[in-house]
Amino acid sequence: MQTFRSLVLVSGDPRSLALGAQAVFEQLQSAVRQRGLEAEVALKLIGEAGPTAALPLVIIYPEAVVYGPVAPADAADIVQQHLAMGHPVERLQAPERDLGGRLAWLSARRGTLPAEQRILLARAGRIDPESIEDYILHDGYEALGRALTGQTPAEVLSQIEASGLRGRGGAGFPTGRKLRLVAQAEGEEKYIVCNADESEPGTFKDRLLMESDPHALVEAMAIAGYAVGAHTGFVYIRGEYRLAYARLEKAIQQARASRLLGPDLFGTRFGFDVHLHAGAGAYICGEETALLESLEGRRGEPRSRPPYPVTRGLWGQPTAVINVETLANIPPIVRHGAAWYRTFGTPSSPGTKLYTLMGNVNVTGLIEVPMGITLREVITIYARGMKGGGHLKLAQTGGSSGSVIPASLQDTPIDYASFARLGVALGSGALLICDQDTCAVDLVRVLLRFFRHESCGKCTPCRVGTEQAYQILARVAEGGGHPDDAASLERLAHSLEMLSNCGLGQTAAQPLRDLLRHFGAEFDAHVKLGVCPAGACALARRPAVAGILGVPISG
Amino acid sequence: MRAAMAHRANGHPPPAPPEVTAAVTAAVAEHGDAAGALIPVLSAVNRRLGYLPPAALAEVSRRLGMPASRVYGVARFYTLLSTEPRGRHLVQFCENAPCHVVGGRRVWEALRQALGLAPGETSADGRFTLITTSCIGACAVGPVVVIDDEVHGNLTPDQVEALLARYA
Ligand SMILES: Cc1cc2nc3c(=O)[nH]c(=O)nc-3n(C[C@H](O)[C@H](O)[C@H](O)COP(=O)(O)O)c2cc1C
Ligand code: FES
Repeated sequence: MQTFRSLVLVSGDPRSLALGAQAVFEQLQSAVRQRGLEAEVALKLIGEAGPTAALPLVIIYPEAVVYGPVAPADAADIVQQHLAMGHPVERLQAPERDLGGRLAWLSARRGTLPAEQRILLARAGRIDPESIEDYILHDGYEALGRALTGQTPAEVLSQIEASGLRGRGGAGFPTGRKLRLVAQAEGEEKYIVCNADESEPGTFKDRLLMESDPHALVEAMAIAGYAVGAHTGFVYIRGEYRLAYARLEKAIQQARASRLLGPDLFGTRFGFDVHLHAGAGAYICGEETALLESLEGRRGEPRSRPPYPVTRGLWGQPTAVINVETLANIPPIVRHGAAWYRTFGTPSSPGTKLYTLMGNVNVTGLIEVPMGITLREVITIYARGMKGGGHLKLAQTGGSSGSVIPASLQDTPIDYASFARLGVALGSGALLICDQDTCAVDLVRVLLRFFRHESCGKCTPCRVGTEQAYQILARVAEGGGHPDDAASLERLAHSLEMLSNCGLGQTAAQPLRDLLRHFGAEFDAHVKLGVCPAGACALARRPAVAGILGVPISG
Repeated sequence: MRAAMAHRANGHPPPAPPEVTAAVTAAVAEHGDAAGALIPVLSAVNRRLGYLPPAALAEVSRRLGMPASRVYGVARFYTLLSTEPRGRHLVQFCENAPCHVVGGRRVWEALRQALGLAPGETSADGRFTLITTSCIGACAVGPVVVIDDEVHGNLTPDQVEALLARYA
């Protein structure tokens, strides 16, 4: 297994190159080799590193030290002092005033690791999830007590708004705004519904949160209830999640017994209770209106909107549907304040994010890191590199409803604003990392198979569109592509996006577009040449073409 | 199902077998008989009986005071609910992308071959039912097969035979 102690990035955008970035890179390379550090230090010439005048830049992880402008002659010092001895070279560090955006953020964190930042997972693995005493000893229910006894609901609302917290269930809607809409809506009752349906392929962060720290969710729902004036919460939990269900059930019982749920909490007039509801297996029930239908005991078919759940949700009453991970942010925000929270992540996306790492990497599993980290950092630092010395070909973010992104975007900060600018969907936090042996056509075929299977069938554009797109991809992967298949997929993507009733059909368009935009050459190779350049799809397994595999192709 | 409804229309509900009545009674005792309890009740009955026979659907419809068509519609919608009998062991293969890219396809082929079943089929001896499933959140150890409630990860094609042999 290949693991590196340090990761060194050299900016290689056109301006940096004009200013000698290539020579800097080569000098670093030879100095690293001279000192025999090749096995410990990964060195990469990347594209644009971020907004700055101090080009060329050299960034060293995990310390996140930013050097610039760096001359070829500086390379020896950086390697000798920083990489070999562990002392950053102060005179070469980029002046703070020259750095903007993400670089300023990185630089402000100088000297500390952009290592896992555990806010949501702070207690995971450290406390007994079935013990309310353990939870209370580790700051548990402190935020609820503080909110109820020291703050008005309006103050709690403002605090959540000021934190900049955005929904982690996929859409990234500002949580404070959602809660305010519910607080302002008219209704006899109001509800907090926790979306714990987590059925996005490759996503298991919510399950681990619930299994390792169930009381945190209970506490968060009570605080949200206080903020909007709701007295009842429901957790809609995926049917397969038996252990998480059992842990939550126990947590709720313990909280009731300790009078942390129920009437008159903390000696106030505010009461709140939480009920569990297990799903029965349907991806579409993760969509909030389908979830509400299911909670009311019907088929999980999305409602037409407007009205939105914030005004007419569960049983027609104002309802905030909030994801598990989103909720888990609320107690720390109330405990430490919005300003503290904003010291993590980027201005557009404060806080940390849970990611599930999987695919062709050395280390898979769950991590919690600040928003704004790049894919390259995730792969090198947390996933400990690609498996078997392979190289990154593409990554699929956010389960099926995320994007298929090419290796060329691996230095883009992962946050809502940067991803939105590139037309990439951040999705739920799954990072499926694939090497050169993955066929983009085959991967997108598998994604479409998922959508086809999970389409609830209520609206025709989605039902028919996902089916037709799957059939085309399956045919192409079998070697039966037509010259007009790309255009057909483009058309299907367009109608899925414009005409589907809910997010399922709309997001099914994303992988189709990604395939055509980033992997057009590979798609064409299947259709026009009858070869799979990756040698991975059904086409590659046909004996007739096995002999001509390995045709070089870009992408 | 249709037979059950016809009986009701004639005012002669078919007598539900005792194990069905017992399963529905226990489920209603746990989850109540409000409209919102329908899915939890059906899930509990399904777990206890292995599937939802027509008599169980009719009984649930009666206890919850809900049209049989609605109960049936819900039972057909959710993948954890089955209106068909299943084998003694339910073999679920995860067919999503994360498992697929780490060798899922070859495990799937081995599984189908070892069982001699197409997805959705039950073996003649009633031992296995094979179905595909969406991600069950064990992708960090893909490829994944779930047999009954047990998750088996990091599978390779050559382990499949031995794995199945553990389920009599
Ligand atoms: C097809 C589909 C599936 C979804 N699945 C989930 C899910 O499993 N979990 C989740 O939290 N949100 C899911 N969502 C998003 C929800 O509709 C909703 O936006 C979210 O629960 C709001 O919570 P948040 O603001 O905290 O993100 C899904 C959306 C769509 C369209
Ligand atoms: S994709 Fe197979 S378990 Fe998640």
